[in-house]
Amino acid sequence: MQQGAAAGVAAQTQSRILSVANVTKVFNGDLVALSGMSLDVNRGDFVSLLGPSGCGKSTALRLISGLMHPTSGAIRWDGGKGQGDLGVVFQEPTLMPWATVAQNVWLPFRLRGKTYNAVKDEVLETLRLVGLEKFLNAYPRELSGGMKMRVAIARALVTRPRLILMDEPFAALDEITRHKLNNDLLDLKAKIGCTIIFVTHSVFESVFLSNRIVVMAARPGRVIHELTVDQGYPRDEEYRTSPEYAAYCRSASAALHDAIGEHA
Amino acid sequence: MTLAEPAEQAVTQIVDAEELRRARARRREKIGKWVLPTIVVILTLYFWDRICVWNEIPHYILPRPGLVFQTLINDWPILFDALLVTLQITLMALTVAVLGGVGLAVLFTQSKFIEMSFFPYAVILQVTPIVSIAPLIFIYVDSKIAGLLLCAWIVAFFPILSNTTLGLNSADHNLRDLFKIYGATRWQRLRFLQLPSALPYFLGGLRIAGGLALIGSVVAEYVAGTGGIGSGLAFTILEAGYRLNIPRMFAALFLIAATGVAIFAGLSFLSHMLLRKWHESALKRET
Ligand SMILES: Nc1ncnc2c1ncn2[C@@H]1O[C@H](COP(=O)(O)OP(=O)(O)OP(=O)(O)O)[C@@H](O)[C@H]1O
Ligand SMILES: [Mg+2]
Repeated sequence: MQQGAAAGVAAQTQSRILSVANVTKVFNGDLVALSGMSLDVNRGDFVSLLGPSGCGKSTALRLISGLMHPTSGAIRWDGGKGQGDLGVVFQEPTLMPWATVAQNVWLPFRLRGKTYNAVKDEVLETLRLVGLEKFLNAYPRELSGGMKMRVAIARALVTRPRLILMDEPFAALDEITRHKLNNDLLDLKAKIGCTIIFVTHSVFESVFLSNRIVVMAARPGRVIHELTVDQGYPRDEEYRTSPEYAAYCRSASAALHDAIGEHA
Repeated sequence: MTLAEPAEQAVTQIVDAEELRRARARRREKIGKWVLPTIVVILTLYFWDRICVWNEIPHYILPRPGLVFQTLINDWPILFDALLVTLQITLMALTVAVLGGVGLAVLFTQSKFIEMSFFPYAVILQVTPIVSIAPLIFIYVDSKIAGLLLCAWIVAFFPILSNTTLGLNSADHNLRDLFKIYGATRWQRLRFLQLPSALPYFLGGLRIAGGLALIGSVVAEYVAGTGGIGSGLAFTILEAGYRLNIPRMFAALFLIAATGVAIFAGLSFLSHMLLRKWHESALKRET
């Protein structure tokens, strides 16, 4: 029995957790925001969706998060989707301004009926992971843009979800903060062992972070390339300056130009 | 709590000319905020007094400020009873307006159909002048107090209803999505997202409603007319007018105005205390 269970876990680490099968989303009867998207997400993946504005990246995330339903096709969670299996981070930190940092991070638990004291340890531990344990009683307005984003990430991580969706989370931040958060995000992912789908406009960001890059084109929104970044983790500043990194950036960039050129 | 220890460092004061000028301007503004209006009030009282003397205006036409003050003290027992009645009706009407306004607003946001059905009535009640409804109300309602209350409520509840409805609907869209993704129930969304978002809007409506409740109770009393036990400041003014007791009219008028200012100041303070931690309107800016 013991061995069987262990083998099962081992097999699961390679396994698929989500499949997007031929999903199409049409708005107002004629605006095809997403057309025939298929994507299998495996446990531990860091998938980036890369593409020009309006190619349906956010639409894809909203479909996966269950905020919208596909016009056709299906989105399946392997092993079913339970409470706390999903965390999300938007482009804006989207914190409740009337609540402290700790209360904001508590939110996913609170909505499941857990009192603060029952989950205090998890909240504090997650704040420690993102380096904000000293700010638990601060209000969002007292924090910098980067710190607010860390709170949003902590809130997404606090339930230890299987999958985290991030929609251009660092787009509004300066380059230095963005690099720092990129590094920290990989650290966090390694510590927690979650799976991430990450939307970005930046070739460099996607190559640094992900092991798979899904390149999308607009009108209609669709997947036109999928690249694999065969580079193990951890990745650090050394990787950022390596020839491999530059090579991956070149090919991702070419794929993106392809995506933009097609409808220009 | 164990927040970061305050950095106890000897900070050398570096002040440039611009900073100095700004500090001086700030100080001037702070003092001016109190001194200037005080001077204006004193000058007004002085010239009011002088004009009465210079033109030998009799006190039954325009009393001198000193006489008004005298009356305020001499007639205090009568005026104070009247003030209590007006205050009581105003505050009760405001309370009921808060309960009714917030309750209806919540109901409206929970069901679009209820909103579509009943919002027109709220607008009709609001746009119809209270003086034209009040006589009817006093025909159908036996108790005078209840009639006054009803009038004041009709005037006061609309700003609370419309502001709170606006506030409940203006919760951040991304936060709404977040709540949905985390499977929040309707009640949780209301309690943790919509009500806090609506708080600044509600408080803005409350400040308007406070003044309107006073106006409503005063106007309704003019319409109700008859005196007797439990007459408020409006009736005191009417009665003093019949007797050409102009100083008492001024004294009662002063009390009504002071009540209005006090209500506004009290509600502004409440609003500041509730929002000071997080809302833009209550935050101090550096520059
Ligand atoms: N709720 C909606 N109703 C109607 N059209 C929509 C809606 N949401 C998105 N669209 C349209 O679908 C298309 C794809 O939008 P989406 O937001 O997914 O693009 P995106 O790739 O996220 O773009 P960006 O990089 O600018 O965020 C756009 O043309 C957009 O106008
Ligand atoms: Mg988008």
